[in-house]
Amino acid sequence: MIASIAPRALSVFQRNVFVYRRQWLMIATGFFEPLFFLLGIGFGVGGVIGTLPYNGVEVPYAAFVAPALLASAAMNGAIFDSTFNVFYKLKYARVYDAILATPVSVGDLAVGELLWSNLRGVIYAVAFLAVMFAFGLVASPLALLTPFAVMFIGFAFGAAGFALTTHLRSWKDFDFIFIILTPLFLFSATFYPVEIYPGALRYVVELSPLTRGTHLIRSLCFGDLNLLMLADIGFLALIGVLGYRHAVSRLGKLLLK
Amino acid sequence: MNLSTSNATALIRARGLTKTFGSRTAVDAINFDVRDGEFFGFLGPNGAGKTTTMRMIAGVSPRTAGTLEIFGSDPDKDGPRIRGQLGVVHQQETLDQELTVRENLLIFGRFFGIERKEIAERADQLLELFQLSDRAKDQVEPLSGGMKRRLSIARSLINAPRVLMLDEPTTGLDPQARHLLWDALQRLKRSGTTIVLTTHYMDEAEQLCDRLVVMDQAKIVAEGSPRQLIEEHASREVLELRFPEGTSRISKETLDGIGDRYERLAERVIIGCENGEAAHARALEHGLTPESWLVRRSSLEDVFLRLTGRSLDE
Repeated sequence: MIASIAPRALSVFQRNVFVYRRQWLMIATGFFEPLFFLLGIGFGVGGVIGTLPYNGVEVPYAAFVAPALLASAAMNGAIFDSTFNVFYKLKYARVYDAILATPVSVGDLAVGELLWSNLRGVIYAVAFLAVMFAFGLVASPLALLTPFAVMFIGFAFGAAGFALTTHLRSWKDFDFIFIILTPLFLFSATFYPVEIYPGALRYVVELSPLTRGTHLIRSLCFGDLNLLMLADIGFLALIGVLGYRHAVSRLGKLLLK
Repeated sequence: MNLSTSNATALIRARGLTKTFGSRTAVDAINFDVRDGEFFGFLGPNGAGKTTTMRMIAGVSPRTAGTLEIFGSDPDKDGPRIRGQLGVVHQQETLDQELTVRENLLIFGRFFGIERKEIAERADQLLELFQLSDRAKDQVEPLSGGMKRRLSIARSLINAPRVLMLDEPTTGLDPQARHLLWDALQRLKRSGTTIVLTTHYMDEAEQLCDRLVVMDQAKIVAEGSPRQLIEEHASREVLELRFPEGTSRISKETLDGIGDRYERLAERVIIGCENGEAAHARALEHGLTPESWLVRRSSLEDVFLRLTGRSLDE
């Protein structure tokens, strides 16, 4: 089963490689956003704040923020591709109509697209990790595992974004995505510890997929292995699986009428 | 039709094929066979159910009822394997605008799981065959409508399909581009590819199809070769009388007896007859004063008019 699906999904992935061989600059832009946040907030605001207690140790504010920016870079990479690019191919360019006239199924199609959006997240994560090394913001060699860990972030957000996109009717509906993404980025324990939230609010924030992603990456960057990381991975994988299944069922309804 | 003999060579076989969308019936219990090596047409106006039928054959639209076999398999169950041997050209452009002309062929070959080296060879042959070699590295968008359509067909042939399916292939093309395309399709057919086409152009169906079915309002209303259909359902010649002020005031008695039969359209009266000149003389005797008139041989247009009482472009 896997052996017969994999090459078809890879061919869908490969289509995007063909496209972005000429548009690599488009991908490069996604790398600058977290860098600017690191410079402006991490070092700028960090210069005022100084250090922050993390696991009982005082850590530089920039080192605290950087792993969260890495996690959100992976999120943005995956989301951008699985929303804007998927919508264009689904509704405007009819790329999927053409693809489904071949042996490729909607399942293959979704897997191929998610592999690609995930790769985009991984590229941003690796690039940003290099920046963190350059600025001396990496406390543990376990940080080298972050490119693998961000695959769970990419899968969760890629699949959720894909599922959401199948419900959008026009470009105007993309406002919804920004309304979701901006607070997700700002409030998911990105710029301060999650413990700051009072009472029940904290538990709501703990359930944000980006909070889980940030916790996973931050733990690796500080070399703090803990059991909660398994929950992070499980939670992100669950969102990914649910998003994928919903996206495939919606694609079937939209394209195989 | 002798079903038992046609079965042996039927690549596509539909019995009672039906598709409904909610309360609307798009395809209503149609039967047809497409035989190996033939050029088969679905002729009918927009909305007759042609595209839906094509989608069911390609396995991208599950049927509501009836049986459908392509290469002996059910497209709803065996879709990927069947689509591996089909070439599909959609009515609306589905070329990949983010890729070059040649890349469109290369990536499509990958979707079919064909070896890279083989795809590259085939892509170059197809570009040559469809006179697109000098545009291989260009983006798709600046190509003319005719070129885009040729590229769509070239792309659909990357897997060397047993059956090529064309949905309204020449809609929107200028006459020269249409003739170029017709020639290319005739060459393909001679090389052994079975071709299924939908069209609402009578001349296209007459030029290209070995056999066709006429569809109207979700049903097949006639079937045969273009010549058979014309012989069966139309007279030898047609006299057309034009009345710009409308035809509603012309009485039935005036029209009777001019030819074998007549159809009254909004501004034209179409009279089927053996001899158009003689019929025109009788029309004048009956006191008709058309603004203009012409005599022509019967075409599939007249078949359609006769079968449905409407002209195709209405």
